[in-house]
Amino acid sequence: MKLTLRVWRQKNADAEGAMSTYEVDDISPDMSFLEMLDVLNEQLILSGEEPVAFDHDCREGICGACSLVINGDAHGPERTTTCQLHMRSFRDGDTIDIEPWRASAFPVIKDLVVDRSAFDRIIQAGGYVTAPTGSAPEAHATPVPKADADFAFEHAECIGCGACVAACPNGAAMLFTSAKVNHLNVLPQGAPERETRVLDMVAQMDAEGFGGCTLTGECATACPKGIPLVSITSMNKEWLRATRKAGKR
Amino acid sequence: MARTLWDSSVGKKTVMAVSGVIMLLYLVAHMIGNLKIYFGAGEFNHYAHWLRTVGEPFMHYEWTLWLIRIVLVVAVVAHATSAYQLSRRDIKARPSKYVHKKPRASYATRTMRWGGVILGLFIVWHLLDLTTGTVHSGGFQEGHPYQNVVDTFSTWYGDVIYIVAMLALGLHIRHGFWSAAQTLGVGSRSRDRALKTLANVLALLLTAGFIAVPVGVMTGVVS
Repeated sequence: MKLTLRVWRQKNADAEGAMSTYEVDDISPDMSFLEMLDVLNEQLILSGEEPVAFDHDCREGICGACSLVINGDAHGPERTTTCQLHMRSFRDGDTIDIEPWRASAFPVIKDLVVDRSAFDRIIQAGGYVTAPTGSAPEAHATPVPKADADFAFEHAECIGCGACVAACPNGAAMLFTSAKVNHLNVLPQGAPERETRVLDMVAQMDAEGFGGCTLTGECATACPKGIPLVSITSMNKEWLRATRKAGKR
Repeated sequence: MARTLWDSSVGKKTVMAVSGVIMLLYLVAHMIGNLKIYFGAGEFNHYAHWLRTVGEPFMHYEWTLWLIRIVLVVAVVAHATSAYQLSRRDIKARPSKYVHKKPRASYATRTMRWGGVILGLFIVWHLLDLTTGTVHSGGFQEGHPYQNVVDTFSTWYGDVIYIVAMLALGLHIRHGFWSAAQTLGVGSRSRDRALKTLANVLALLLTAGFIAVPVGVMTGVVS
């Protein structure tokens, strides 16, 4: 395959960025999108140019490191992570636009790499359970109803890649935060912090400068792990419940 | 609790949802009342007069009406203020656009902000036209709403402004009602289809019901 790539290049956080055009040839349809970028970078290094910086790690769709907006879609045209996107999803001769996640809470560090530590701070605010350290507790000591376990697992699938923020026209982190809140709030292990978790995580989300939810549904469409839009509804419900309880105290 | 509500983006959305539902309930009553215009000047004017005497003798003349007006003003101000503040926040959160643009979201979703502004301006015109009579076409007659309505919809601009605003209202309710349900935590996977259908039915009924009045005047059924 022969492709024209238009890639966002930006020297550092303070520099002005712009789209640069590159040609790549001999791309196999079996290559992953990141392997295609590896080919581009080898080409750039050989010609003495600065390679394109992009985030990647496990390359098997479970770590949440890769983060590219491809032709206007977070993670590209397939519902998966960028690393699991293959070149067979494109056609020979295509022009592909590659941009970083766009949100003021995710500033660009270099080229296609953005700073997602805002997510870490949301997790720090309440994405944990109080558990005594030491040996692992007996698995059957705390019964969890099957439906709750399924609900928790569905939300635990969130890999924190930030595609929801990138896709949201408001740069909102509601889907991410709701996945983390719902995952722990439904389980008995998460019950002690049920109220403080949702209040603190939403407060931190606001403090990081993420936008609000207008229920466009772009986040759930972009999510490679299929976190549903209704997760946000569940979190709103938890937030209202916690606010009511906090008011009574 | 009030502070937490107003300080949080989720709380402000709650304010929007509750004020939106209050306005929606009012609109349903307003629309049903409007349809009495099809039963002649007598019944319509009698209905309009009754609105001022609701609750008597417990309530004094027009007390109930003013109570409703106060609730509505509070709802409109709360709705608009939170919408403005949330929109400012949203725009700030996404300062740079993507180079590769794609058509996003449904028309109803994309027009919420501008649609809301249009509806706000419409309410101002509507009150000046048919409540105070300040910008009314022809002589505004206090206590003769039937004639006033016929006068307004006998002008082309009266019809255009009203019909455009009611179409904007339909779109606003279509996304707004369903969104309010999500914000208030009422939505769920099993209820989603029912809520979306209800939003569409409400939007359609309200738009059709309101537009029926200018259509009646334009076709000569109401004169």
